[in-house]
Amino acid sequence: MDAIATYALRLGDDSLILGQRLSEWCGHAPALEVDLSLANVALDQVGQATHFLTLAGELEGKGRDGDALAFRRDVMDFTNCLLVEQPNGDFAQTIARQLLFSHYQELLFTALMGSKNATIAAIAAKAVKETSYHATLASDWVVRLGDGTDESKARMVAGLDWMWRFADELFVMDEVDAAAIKAGVGVDKASLRAAWETRIDAVLADATLTRPAPRRATTGGRVGRHSEHLGHLLSDMQFLQRAYPGATW
Amino acid sequence: MSVVSAISDTDRIRAILARGPDPEIPAVSVVDLGIVREIAAGTVTITPTYTGCPATIAIEQSIREALDANGFANVAIETTLSPPWSTDWISDKGREDLRAYGIAPPPKGAATASLKNQTAAECPQCGSSNTEELSRFGSTPCKALWRCKACAEPFDRFKCH
Repeated sequence: MDAIATYALRLGDDSLILGQRLSEWCGHAPALEVDLSLANVALDQVGQATHFLTLAGELEGKGRDGDALAFRRDVMDFTNCLLVEQPNGDFAQTIARQLLFSHYQELLFTALMGSKNATIAAIAAKAVKETSYHATLASDWVVRLGDGTDESKARMVAGLDWMWRFADELFVMDEVDAAAIKAGVGVDKASLRAAWETRIDAVLADATLTRPAPRRATTGGRVGRHSEHLGHLLSDMQFLQRAYPGATW
Repeated sequence: MSVVSAISDTDRIRAILARGPDPEIPAVSVVDLGIVREIAAGTVTITPTYTGCPATIAIEQSIREALDANGFANVAIETTLSPPWSTDWISDKGREDLRAYGIAPPPKGAATASLKNQTAAECPQCGSSNTEELSRFGSTPCKALWRCKACAEPFDRFKCH
């Protein structure tokens, strides 16, 4: 795959893996409203993934469609960031991941609306409206849990502490980003960081929380170096195509 | 003297699709929801509402069936993402159909301004604005769950988008 196809693939993989993770809450969330919310966010992410992976397959030009890319690749071929593959943990840990990711995704999609790739620009313009809901949902819950009981606060602190080390990777740039920027297709992710930090700090302040202690950043997802968690996620998500390769209905 | 041929194919297709209900909200047609963007010679252009809306495929299939059944098997269906669908595209008739069906329609012209649904919804049952949001995410991607404090009825509200 060339750089532009890989760029689309990365966008799609982030959405796909987060969508799959969130769908694990379906039927298990602490309240019906939360169950509906997380399932809807998952659905939006999977919808974005369908568009981005379809585009990646078209740009690659080897006849792979969105389903082929989602269901017939192995762990090291996935290019999602490590944040989205992290286990759900408790509800606070899931919300911590959503806070960090949705604010990033909203800023990213806002910038990508100006992409010279018309399809990426169109997907971003459509998805940013949904992502805004996700960011609001996560922010509201961080405040509710952080500024809640001793128990909810302790869990919110622990959830943020776990997820925080994966935030740096969201803004890391490599040769794929450089090529995409040069072509006018991609955006400078590093330039989104200041706005992201302002948003996160505002939510944390509302939640009577502070930023977790800095940790050495963990990266590698963009080039296929994943945590063990992703393999387990894929074995579930890809079960049908692994058991019955090429099955359609 | 014949005056029959005055109705163009485009108008006939529009009339057919105006009878085509949304699979998730059968009270409103795909034309009134703003899903059908353009009807031109040989092509019907549609746009999905929400990125992950599972009804998108069903909508395309039902439009295909309606065209085929009415002699328009040679009319193609194209999907476009841009410009992105907005609740501002729901027609006045569509809004009234939603209300009559029990779903509070989104305020018109407010799609980008009030993405977060901060204005109070009007209860589709009793018309009161004394309402509260129970859950920003509801039974489908396009709806939020609200409750009327005047008549105590829960109801869906179409999200601004």
